[in-house]
Amino acid sequence: MDIPDVKEKWIGKINEITIGATKEDGGTRTSVVKVGGHTTLPFLTFEGEMGNKPVVAGFISDVVPDWPDAVKKAIGDEINNPVEWAQKNVEEFGVDLISLKLIGADPAGKDASPDECAKVVEDVLKGVGVPLIIWGCGDDEKDNAVLPPCSQVAKGENCLIGSAKETNYMTIVAICKADKHKIISEAPVDINIGKQVNILLQDAGFDLKDVVMYQTTAALGYGFDYVYTILERARIAGLKGDELMAAPQICDVAGETYRVKEAVADEDVLPGWGTIEKRAPMWEAVCANVYLQAGADILILAHPDAISITKEVIDRSMQ
Amino acid sequence: MILVGERINAGFKDIREAIVNKDADVIKEWAKKQADAKATYIDVNLGTASNKPEDLCWMIECVQDVVDTPISIDNNKPLMLKEAIPVCKKPPLINSTTAQEDKMNELFPLVAEYGASIVGLVMDEAGSPKTADKRVENAGKIVAKAMEFGISPEQIFLDPIIMPLKYMQDQAVEILNATNQFKLFSDPPCHIICGLSNISNGAKHKRLINRVFMAMMIANGCDSVICDVMDDELINTILTAELIMNKSIYADSYIEAFKK
Repeated sequence: MDIPDVKEKWIGKINEITIGATKEDGGTRTSVVKVGGHTTLPFLTFEGEMGNKPVVAGFISDVVPDWPDAVKKAIGDEINNPVEWAQKNVEEFGVDLISLKLIGADPAGKDASPDECAKVVEDVLKGVGVPLIIWGCGDDEKDNAVLPPCSQVAKGENCLIGSAKETNYMTIVAICKADKHKIISEAPVDINIGKQVNILLQDAGFDLKDVVMYQTTAALGYGFDYVYTILERARIAGLKGDELMAAPQICDVAGETYRVKEAVADEDVLPGWGTIEKRAPMWEAVCANVYLQAGADILILAHPDAISITKEVIDRSMQ
Repeated sequence: MILVGERINAGFKDIREAIVNKDADVIKEWAKKQADAKATYIDVNLGTASNKPEDLCWMIECVQDVVDTPISIDNNKPLMLKEAIPVCKKPPLINSTTAQEDKMNELFPLVAEYGASIVGLVMDEAGSPKTADKRVENAGKIVAKAMEFGISPEQIFLDPIIMPLKYMQDQAVEILNATNQFKLFSDPPCHIICGLSNISNGAKHKRLINRVFMAMMIANGCDSVICDVMDDELINTILTAELIMNKSIYADSYIEAFKK
């Protein structure tokens, strides 16, 4: 008797999404990024096609984030200028695209004006040729004011813009439809809300084949396993044919890692934990590499060592 | 849930007349309506309106002219099926075989050749079984025979044979118990299908009985149904039962999302 075939047979396919537009497609990017297209769980190529390999987006922000000195030093002085930081990400760190977070727009912080933010977007687009992900500051009201001009200056560039939430999605749908961008749909580590946001985007007339899902991101030790299981469950649902869950997924690893004490406190605070210079990028890299296994397609990273480790792991896993 | 739209059946007067008069519009309209209602397969049944293979092929072509939903060929005569299966643009669901050896030996080669699927009625020479055990025994025969022909469990739709609640009240519980055991034959399991309207045959509260029985069948592992796909309340019941069984991911707008 033959040994029964126990391989999973998936019927669904994760949507393939292109970010960025070259001259031929009405943009000015020198390269584009494709994600998704999988017919199997990550790297299990004996059960289906892996499709496009996961990509690394280099984190940049309009104001310098509140990160440990060791991380800022590893990135270099360029961290003080978003364009230079973006260029260093592309030229030296070798990222596939740039993720710009407009932290400066936060009303509780610098409270940068929509025009100031749009100028940063414009400058970054001029400064680098790779595709761009644009995030607001996370304050719904301010983001609804900031993102429209940012979208406009990037019109035709096929950026990925975040984020649409259950309680705030109409503005982003309108600008992304008008200026031809892709959308990040966000849910708070909640698969049901994640699905609901996608239904709302579809109801608002947005094509789900232009959506990337963001289940927020947790750093190792702070709900990491919750996010992992949600990414995995969403991916399984997509592969099982749930078209509402067939979107590629994004993780803001850098943004979350440098908020937890294990990745920011030096040895004097955490005796026996090793130097912050080594531990910070390791914490970031470990988070990124585990999320790869859960079904992350775009990983936002900052530390050059975390970027190089993760790129190497992706390349080896794809072999 | 695999939904097989039952409406293109010569048991309905408009379809019978359409077959006799070769009125394609009636067939096409029902094909479109059922496809819009998200039917996974569209059942095509010639009934007693004709016994000519060309009429069956004509019906299939009418459906395929307007929708690309796969066909469920509601016919068990090998001569008819040999003509009709090649007309199907997508692998069809053949409805049906029984657990009788000669029947399976005739139909399974066709299923294997065309990569089709087939409904296996769990009855044999002795007729419809009265007990859960006999249903399971017959289902086992179908699954084992299909394996001999290289047919995978995913191509088999076991039908526990639904009996009318009003006339054979003791049968429903036997059917539910049998359904529960069908899942255990293989991993991945066979599909389990039911001809839903049988349960409410002759009863007064047909739609209510259909809905409740459907939910109970889903709770026991049923994943396919031949039914009125235009019955909104039934479809809502199916969607909800599947959520309760954790077959799909909950979202507040799950009903609206299905109907999109």
